[in-house]
Amino acid sequence: MKIIIVGCGKVGRTLIDQLSHESHDITVIDHDTSQINEITSTYDVMGVVGNGASYKVLDDAGIRNADLLIAVTESDEINLLSCLFARKAGIKNTIARVRNPQYEEEVNYIKDELGLSLIINPEHAAASEIARILRFPSATKIETFDKGRVELITFTVESGSKINGMNLIDIANLTKAKVLICAVMRGDEVLIPNGRFVIEENDKVSIITTSQDAKGFFKKIGYDTHQVKNAMIAGGGKIAYYLAKELDSSGIDVKILDWDEERCETLSELLPKATIINGDVSNQDVLIEEGIDRTDSFVALTGIDETNVFLTLFAKQRSSAKVITKINRINFNDVVTSFNLGSVISPKEITADTIVSYVRAKQNVIGSNVETLYNIVQGKVEALEFKITANSEVLNKPLMELDIKKNILIGCINRNGKPIIPNGQSQILKGDKVIVVTTETGLNNFSDIFVKQ
Amino acid sequence: MNFGIIFNILGWIISIEGAFMILPGLCGIIYGEDSWLYFIATAVVTLILGIILIKRKPKSQQFFTKEGFAIVGLGWVLMSAIGAVPLYLSRQIPFYIDALFEVVSGFTTTGASICPDVEALDHAVNLWRCFTHWIGGMGVLVFLLTILPMAGGNTMNLMKAESPGPSVGKLVPKIRDSAKILYFIYFGMTILQFILLVCAGMPVFDSICTSFGTAGTGGYGIKCSSIGGYSPTIQWIVTIFMILYGVNFNFYFFLLLGKNKKEAFKIEEVRWYIGIILVSIGIIVWNIHGMYSSLSHAVRDASFTVGSVITTTGFATADFGTWPVLSQTLLVIIMFCGACAGSTGGGIKVSRIMIILRAVKYEIDSFVHPRSVKVMRMDGKPVEKDTIRAAIMFMSVYVMVFTISIFVVAFDGFDLVTNFTSVTATFNNIGPGLSLVGPTGNYASFSILSKIVFIFDMLAGRLELFPILILCSPALWKKR
Repeated sequence: MKIIIVGCGKVGRTLIDQLSHESHDITVIDHDTSQINEITSTYDVMGVVGNGASYKVLDDAGIRNADLLIAVTESDEINLLSCLFARKAGIKNTIARVRNPQYEEEVNYIKDELGLSLIINPEHAAASEIARILRFPSATKIETFDKGRVELITFTVESGSKINGMNLIDIANLTKAKVLICAVMRGDEVLIPNGRFVIEENDKVSIITTSQDAKGFFKKIGYDTHQVKNAMIAGGGKIAYYLAKELDSSGIDVKILDWDEERCETLSELLPKATIINGDVSNQDVLIEEGIDRTDSFVALTGIDETNVFLTLFAKQRSSAKVITKINRINFNDVVTSFNLGSVISPKEITADTIVSYVRAKQNVIGSNVETLYNIVQGKVEALEFKITANSEVLNKPLMELDIKKNILIGCINRNGKPIIPNGQSQILKGDKVIVVTTETGLNNFSDIFVKQ
Repeated sequence: MNFGIIFNILGWIISIEGAFMILPGLCGIIYGEDSWLYFIATAVVTLILGIILIKRKPKSQQFFTKEGFAIVGLGWVLMSAIGAVPLYLSRQIPFYIDALFEVVSGFTTTGASICPDVEALDHAVNLWRCFTHWIGGMGVLVFLLTILPMAGGNTMNLMKAESPGPSVGKLVPKIRDSAKILYFIYFGMTILQFILLVCAGMPVFDSICTSFGTAGTGGYGIKCSSIGGYSPTIQWIVTIFMILYGVNFNFYFFLLLGKNKKEAFKIEEVRWYIGIILVSIGIIVWNIHGMYSSLSHAVRDASFTVGSVITTTGFATADFGTWPVLSQTLLVIIMFCGACAGSTGGGIKVSRIMIILRAVKYEIDSFVHPRSVKVMRMDGKPVEKDTIRAAIMFMSVYVMVFTISIFVVAFDGFDLVTNFTSVTATFNNIGPGLSLVGPTGNYASFSILSKIVFIFDMLAGRLELFPILILCSPALWKKR
């Protein structure tokens, strides 16, 4: 695909890094010459220096032949304007990052009026992800697909866990829940398990399930399934605002700490139910006074990564709260994951991930029967959704009789809008939507998953 | 330094050279000459060596600017060293240093020869000499980029180091596609010229060699009289193609694939280039018309010579050593000027001269208005400070290398015109100079030391100094 990326800040860079390795023709636009020089000497992309909202610059970048424009500059208005010009020039797919909370309520209106394919608000997306985790603290990551009907939950197996050392068949017999263990991350390796696969300590297990069934499953294996009762948030930025709103609606008590008095007043105005504390979060006494020892969960959302890391480590030391750390700079991801920081959230990475999955889905849908495509488990596993339209010999047969390739798993069958988590006896019928989980790439047709005779 | 990747890419470079060397081998077989054996043998050995190097997978695929420059510098030295082997082994050129001079002169598209009588050489050898022009013209690494599946923008460092000009950009987002477009244009023009030459009555073998020589703006003639012995039509065809190859290839890209074809004619560099050519032809015709019986002949010789010199090709139809001093001086001046950036020609490059002239103007302005701020523009776009700095730096180093070269060559004891123009002609990749090294002379009489200096100058001139100079820096060779 021919892609134009406007703005090469952190999100832009992450996008370029991922997309340039996937044989797309990429042109980047930025007003900063030195940025463009650096990008073009690191990645195989073309650079155009200029204002991304100027038609002349967009024309230089080849807007008339492009398939997709992604606008991720600092300014919402420039992003929207570039997308608007791109639409007028005939590009079908446009993606804009819009982060000003004032536009938040108008997002759907803007999207429809300007004909955008996707508007992404990094702070809102990050807040939603944090909220999902807080509602289900046993998980380290929760992703949703099939319009939110199906969830992919990742959790870490700790030493005392019941399922430590059990194989999948035994786990299924124990829990009797409609849950499918679809991927296990052991060290750096991602494995697609079969029935005899044995879970070990420190495995990061990903399961596909519906939100109702998840509760039962975790209860059976001895994990806490209650959502947290309260949350302490350090730093009162945009994410804190969105998060407080979401948690509020789930009935979780929220306490926000911020050092800026004016900001505290604004937050108090916007969030009448939340407790707003005006105090320096880097002062231990303030944290102790506000009950860091007793809180159920602690979310570090200040603007400084280092502070967030220290806050989380401090919270871990003082209590057994569920901790979540926001990290902005993704350059040192490997170092960060080597600390035990609980769930790490990076708004920029979430933004880039969302956009990359959109691009991949678009790319894969061209010339294939894939309806949608999701990248899960740090992009190492693909979940593909196929719609079964034609008759074939694999239909109406129990899954255990089918000869499916290695490292491929049928994760979910969606029949008439109802998700079914399959077992050996399940059958695929005509008209079903099937989600296939795999570590392989390049599957184009449903028939590709079977071993060819 | 990541030596793994350097050896890997060097392997690719010599494999390509080995594959190319089969062509003169086949030519030798067709003409029943003994030299075919040496070409095929060298090709086979080179291919084996190259494949061994390619098979040794480097630990890391990463390389940066320094590796890019080192690969280009080493690649060209290695390529020349190998390319000289069949000439030496076949005894067509009995001394290795002479063979090396001949091949470097070929690859760098200089066209300076040490052969007193090129007509006595085998067809295979003559084809190889001209073919090296074609390979060196657009660059072997640019060719490599079209076939090598390398990901990442790092490869841009290779193109930057090999392609001439003050700032090297891509035509399309992917470097591989950019390289393909360049070679597509290059190849297309070569074929076109070949067909036109054959139609104009040139023998097929001569047409192939002349097309290769023109394409790379090289200038090896396969006749002692260079192009002088062919018909006026052929001379005009060669004149036009020489000038066309000296044009920035972006021009053709805009013309063929651009959204807005008019943009091609707005490239300032191309306008200046054409302007310089027309003015020079005008002055020389006015200066020499008395020596010719017909004006058309004078115009033809003047056009051919100006085209040949400014594009740094070095073909000749007339002995401009016999022309008046004004014409000779003008020719020496445009020898320095050279062709457009992003073409196959050599020299300082028109765009670099434009940048330096403008920098000088702004410097003078800044004495008049000390606080004035001015951004330099080219084609309506601001020129980066780094590009200006690099152009001025290039000029300074150029003068230094030039001065030292003249001094070393002076030990041979030839006259000043010979010394000065021989260095000018090799450093700017032209070929013929004046006096002893004029269109009718050759470089055979120089000492070995001078020949080494010329070889260095030719390589440094073709690769625009730094890829060759960087090889002399001890810091480059440190492992960490």
